[in-house]
Amino acid sequence: MGMIAIAIARIHNLFAVVMLTGIFSLLGAAAYVIMDAVDVAFTEAAVGAGISTVLMLGTLALTTSEEKPSPKKNVVGALIVVTITGAVLIYGTLDMPHYGDPLAPVHQHVADRYIGQSGTEVGLPNVVTSVLASYRGYDTLGETYVIFIAAIGVLAILGRVRFPRRREEDIAEDDAQKTPDETARETGA
Amino acid sequence: MKQKIILRVISKFLIPYILLFALYVQWHGDFGPGGGFQAGVIFAAGFILYAIIFGVDTVRVVIPAVVTRLLLVFGVLLYSGVGVAGIILGGNYLDYNVLAHEPTHGQHYGILLVELGVGITVASAMITIFCTFAGRGPEDPEEEV
Repeated sequence: MGMIAIAIARIHNLFAVVMLTGIFSLLGAAAYVIMDAVDVAFTEAAVGAGISTVLMLGTLALTTSEEKPSPKKNVVGALIVVTITGAVLIYGTLDMPHYGDPLAPVHQHVADRYIGQSGTEVGLPNVVTSVLASYRGYDTLGETYVIFIAAIGVLAILGRVRFPRRREEDIAEDDAQKTPDETARETGA
Repeated sequence: MKQKIILRVISKFLIPYILLFALYVQWHGDFGPGGGFQAGVIFAAGFILYAIIFGVDTVRVVIPAVVTRLLLVFGVLLYSGVGVAGIILGGNYLDYNVLAHEPTHGQHYGILLVELGVGITVASAMITIFCTFAGRGPEDPEEEV
């Protein structure tokens, strides 16, 4: 995954970059499967590797598939900032509990009840669905609204019904052909 | 891509199975991995594949823009409506226990409807977004931006 990330940063052909981001998402999905998070992996594969790749390709079809060569900027400064940020993030992970640690704080709070009680309280075999749709119904409702708003936003910006634009001379021609009577009617006389 | 006969034939074979798999993921989300979100995306992927191969205008014949926009709203309203139904039947908002006589049955119905709402919204949102993007075509340089 690291190699793909470096390749994405280095390659200038945007079509290849889009394909590589799709592969990156697919590898991410595989990593989730290894960590037994099948539902998350499913979403990552469908959304990250599938839909977003297609949407990026759609955007490329509208623009261009070759990155514009940017003028040489302060590469060293950017590298320093990225290195420091990465180091801080890695330092932050040192305090995290080990993977699968049953004493981790995340397993101490509500997870016990979800795993222990959801069979009798909700009655679904898939605990993930119980948590998503029932215990955390508000969050999922919010997510649905996010998707809804995203679609509304795209529609508001791009989705207007497009009428074939009349050129100036066509309009002038039409006006010239009109009888004075028609012009008077149009101006609301 | 309309002239690629292999793509046309293969996609026609694949699309029914994609839609069927999406429905399986939708209704089987209670028992296995999956649910409304994933099902919606897969369902939309079937339509998007069709749009890529046969063109956006052909898809708009199958599922017109008005239909996707109505479904977009319908999914959200279905989810919210389940919550309101909980209030009307004497519970809290999004409380499924009161939807049926048995609390677990109520939970079952509630989750099924809620997931359906999510699936419908996600599917129509994805189809809408893709079709508005792809339906524009390369930008006409003469046109105003």
